[in-house]
Amino acid sequence: MTTLGTRPLDSFVDNDQKPVGYGRMLRKEDPRFVRGLGHYCDDIQLPGMLHMAILRSPYAHARIVSIDASAALAHPKVKAVVTGADLAEKGLAWMPTLSNDVQAVLATDKVRFQGQEVAIAVAEDRYAARDALDLIDVEYEPLDPVVDARRALEPGAPVIRDDLEGKADNHCFDWETGDEAATQAVFDAAEVVVSQDIVYPRVHPAPMETCGCVADYERVSGKLTLWTTSQAPHAHRTLYALVAGLPEHKIRVVSPDIGGGFGNKVPIYPGYVCAIVASLVLNKPVKWMEDRSENLISTGFARDYLMRGEIAATRDGKILAVRTHVLADHGAFNGTAAPVKYPAGFFGVFTGSYDLEAAYCKMTAVYTNKAPGGVAYACSFRITEAVYLVERIVDCLADELGMDPAELRLRNLIRPDQFPYTTKTGWVYDSGEYERALRLAMDMVGYDELRKEQAERRARGEMMGIGISFFTEAVGAGPRKDMDILGLGMADGCELTVHPTGKAVVRLSVQTQGQGHETTFAQIVAEELGIPPGDIEVVHGDTDQTPFGLGTYGSRSTPVSGAAAAMVARKVRDKARIIASGMLEVSVADLEWEKGAFGVKGDPGKSVTIQDIALRSYGAGDLPEGLEGGLQAEVCYNPENLTYPFGAYVCVVDVDRGTGQVKVRRFVAVDDCGTRINEMIIEGQVHGGLTDGVGMALMEMIAFDEEGNCLSASLMDYLIPTALEVPDWQTGHTVTPSPHHPIGAKGIGESATVGSPPAIVNAVVDALSPMGVRHADMPLTPARVWDAMQGHPTPPV
Amino acid sequence: MQVPAPFEYRRATSVDEALTLLGELGGTTRLVAGGHSLLPMMKLRLATLDRVVDINGLHDELGYIRVGHDEVRIGALTRHRELLESEELAAAFPIFRDAERVIADPVVRNRGTIGGSLCQADPAEDLSAVCTAVQASCVIRGPDGTRTVPMEEFYRGPFETAVGDGEMLVEVRVPVRPNGSSAYEKVERRAGDWAIVSSGAAVWLEGDVVADARVGLAAVGPNTTAIEGVADVLRGHEPSEDAYAAAGAIAAERCSPVADLRGSVEYKRHLADELTRRSLRRAVARVRGEEG
Ligand SMILES: Cc1cc2nc3c(=O)[nH]c(=O)nc-3n(C[C@H](O)[C@H](O)[C@H](O)COP(=O)(O)OP(=O)(O)OC[C@H]3O[C@@H](n4cnc5c(N)ncnc54)[C@H](O)[C@@H]3O)c2cc1C
Repeated sequence: MTTLGTRPLDSFVDNDQKPVGYGRMLRKEDPRFVRGLGHYCDDIQLPGMLHMAILRSPYAHARIVSIDASAALAHPKVKAVVTGADLAEKGLAWMPTLSNDVQAVLATDKVRFQGQEVAIAVAEDRYAARDALDLIDVEYEPLDPVVDARRALEPGAPVIRDDLEGKADNHCFDWETGDEAATQAVFDAAEVVVSQDIVYPRVHPAPMETCGCVADYERVSGKLTLWTTSQAPHAHRTLYALVAGLPEHKIRVVSPDIGGGFGNKVPIYPGYVCAIVASLVLNKPVKWMEDRSENLISTGFARDYLMRGEIAATRDGKILAVRTHVLADHGAFNGTAAPVKYPAGFFGVFTGSYDLEAAYCKMTAVYTNKAPGGVAYACSFRITEAVYLVERIVDCLADELGMDPAELRLRNLIRPDQFPYTTKTGWVYDSGEYERALRLAMDMVGYDELRKEQAERRARGEMMGIGISFFTEAVGAGPRKDMDILGLGMADGCELTVHPTGKAVVRLSVQTQGQGHETTFAQIVAEELGIPPGDIEVVHGDTDQTPFGLGTYGSRSTPVSGAAAAMVARKVRDKARIIASGMLEVSVADLEWEKGAFGVKGDPGKSVTIQDIALRSYGAGDLPEGLEGGLQAEVCYNPENLTYPFGAYVCVVDVDRGTGQVKVRRFVAVDDCGTRINEMIIEGQVHGGLTDGVGMALMEMIAFDEEGNCLSASLMDYLIPTALEVPDWQTGHTVTPSPHHPIGAKGIGESATVGSPPAIVNAVVDALSPMGVRHADMPLTPARVWDAMQGHPTPPV
Repeated sequence: MQVPAPFEYRRATSVDEALTLLGELGGTTRLVAGGHSLLPMMKLRLATLDRVVDINGLHDELGYIRVGHDEVRIGALTRHRELLESEELAAAFPIFRDAERVIADPVVRNRGTIGGSLCQADPAEDLSAVCTAVQASCVIRGPDGTRTVPMEEFYRGPFETAVGDGEMLVEVRVPVRPNGSSAYEKVERRAGDWAIVSSGAAVWLEGDVVADARVGLAAVGPNTTAIEGVADVLRGHEPSEDAYAAAGAIAAERCSPVADLRGSVEYKRHLADELTRRSLRRAVARVRGEEG
């Protein structure tokens, strides 16, 4: 009898038409996930494994006077307590961040944000480890905290980073892009100038699985194995080697199944380092899994940009220039993960999808007594902030001009014949058919009808809003010449082996957190080789089994590793062609490839399949001269440029006049991510991103009180949207392949997160516009919407 | 995973045994019903208890909804889900179904109980506002017997009730009066969230005029209380928008909200007004059979 329990998992991949290559198909990984058979970090149990818990600071800013761990050490199940002073003896109290700053592993001198790591306890079980924390006595001398980024640079503000030599203020970095003088000249001469203060509040990725690891240092072999929630296992391995002085070949980093990342799992957190130290010291495997509150208060947040946007235009709606001044709150340590040359990530694309004469951005980043982070949360390296800024300010301009926001955008979008288009901040957009996408979105939503309906409802006193956003992203970091993270280039390796029976294994460095890599990459290889995706195993997440590469974030997996997968498959196909020529006894030039087989031109009967060729490559028969046996290849793909996905989104909301509650009634999302590999996965990514967008626009924010206490330390306080807050998503697409990418694919992972918040906020502001509202900041909770309706919209910070 | 501090666990098989255990054990002993308020507090280590007495085995004894001719009796261990699904209760007091639709989520509703909800005495708790509006009373049993406390006297402060150390809540009683109905209105930031403000209303008509009306508000004071004075502006008058507005104004004035991330004092007072009007309007429509 076959029951669900005994059926092989593969048999659940029961698609109507299983594509051999691109096409809609169920995800190969889902049978295990939906049946609870995923294998996550916390599922790992090793013999003798100990458990670690972290004591965190209750203060945002305080000097550590003393730490007494004697009571904790007396607990019968406690094996060790480690403090910053202990780590300092080993030179491990501080570690580099991904932005060349340093961050305390365990605080030695001061604590700089609430929730900062102060000490660890290691015990026989999770309960005892946690109990031990209550037995550690820390004496603090509270200091004044810096909570408001606007006040961080005031003279006399408490200096947070006195660990940095000569540091006498809270300045983190300055950055500028574009041409200041040229932009000023355009603004001076412009008929219309609009400016608006816009806040993108601090939000948190809040992945379903929190961060954690199991560190296992094996004394005999001297090898450290770290199972960890990492989106970038190879980069982490190298950094551990550099930081801890462990030889890199003696470190194996494994990312098992990951329950969501969204950038939260890019950085190296103090907890990982502490677990490694504990395993080294105690000679036992040590598990650390943070709890929900720890995840929310201490790990990589996102956004926290206070922006002033300015836009210059002609009276008839030609946009001329965009300018912005940004104050960036980086928290206590600069923990941003961005390519070295890009301290503000790819914020430079704040020029949006418009043909401008000039643009300029000046940014100041500051330290505050808040958790470090920055680039996290499906943001494509700060593109989320950039797109929000420009799409909001364009709507402010439409309001000023009394012009329909769709019409204003249509007048200014970059035209197809202008690609490749170099923006005024130096980005080279690869390809786009912007107007086509926007018109499709407007058709799908029935834009003109909606405006009529809105007029009728307004006449009845109802509040309905329609919001548009048009975005261009820059993803797929990145070209070696421009981009590296802490000196590591952003090219990705890929290895492909076709076994004698024609089944294949493809090995990649990127690490899925739910994006469906096991399916997408199998489909890319399938498309190139004609081997069914079900016959292709995708191996990832284990540094001992995969080639080097920088991991999954910034929508880079398909643009970079996807390209590598196609290239390596083509390399295998090139070799297969030579073998086929021997098998068919014709010259290579007489062969023609038809997905899955080489045939002889003009002789339909003669062909060999890729499976035949694989068997021959390992077989006993002769191979063409000079050819080695086997059928495998490897590549390292260095992208020529970034790819530039884009999209047009339209959102319709209803606002309850009596309560300020916002209901997202409809949402149409037209995305163009170039070549589409698996429609179902793309739609899933879009649905998730749109839901994220509803969260950010309407409810999510990491808030602090004046003392720097985090007010969003649980999911009761940090709200994330549910199925009840989202409408039935309507998705559409256009296809404009990337000209420089081997398969023309552009990446889709973050498009919807980037594009949806401005559409939703624009819709809410549109609903409120009869009351004279031109802008209201996220999160648009009922109270904040109501404040805006009363004529006093307030910034959230 | 958040883990609680060590505690002793006991399971009661009858109300008598639960009371005995409470009496015997002393110290910081608490009953655990659905556990959806108590366990999070223990895991966050906001509550550190010596012992927990599990009363879930008492569902047969204390899980019931009995709709009688002049009284509805609800056992303390009746789950949110049972309150939501009871057709009889919805017919007599639709306010329960209104509220249960917006309390937490299905997972919480499967376990959480009316007894735990009232005894938690969270200022934003919904069923307290419901029970206040319908003028319920609480039956409390202790070693010395049983006493009945009206909702007005049940709360002693935030997270504090009239239930003494060795006692437990066993039943909630709601008087049934003719020609009445009820409704609940809540504004939350997201489905499953605690109320920013909510309002429960119950109205009884006599012919065309209001015989009596009650409003209970949640999340706008240290405890849920009936808003005094609402009945006065409605009683003897035909229900009208002006009358609702007068009641709303009283609600806005007499409540005592505090500002937090959910909203300013001004906004919460506004909601108290707005939701009082809405809940009264809906309750009246129901008495008149204009709405289900
Ligand atoms: C995610 C989430 C969302 C929620 N949202 C809402 C919401 O929107 N609105 C809302 O009103 N509530 C909400 N709640 C609370 C929920 O309704 C709880 O179930 C309820 O507050 C407590 O009921 P319980 O049976 O779980 O009580 P428990 O947690 O078991 O107990 C709560 C307290 O009451 C005591 N107690 C329990 N039973 C008795 C008794 N018979 N006699 C004496 N003392 C007793 C316990 O000792 C304890 O002190 C939410 C809870 C969660 C987890």
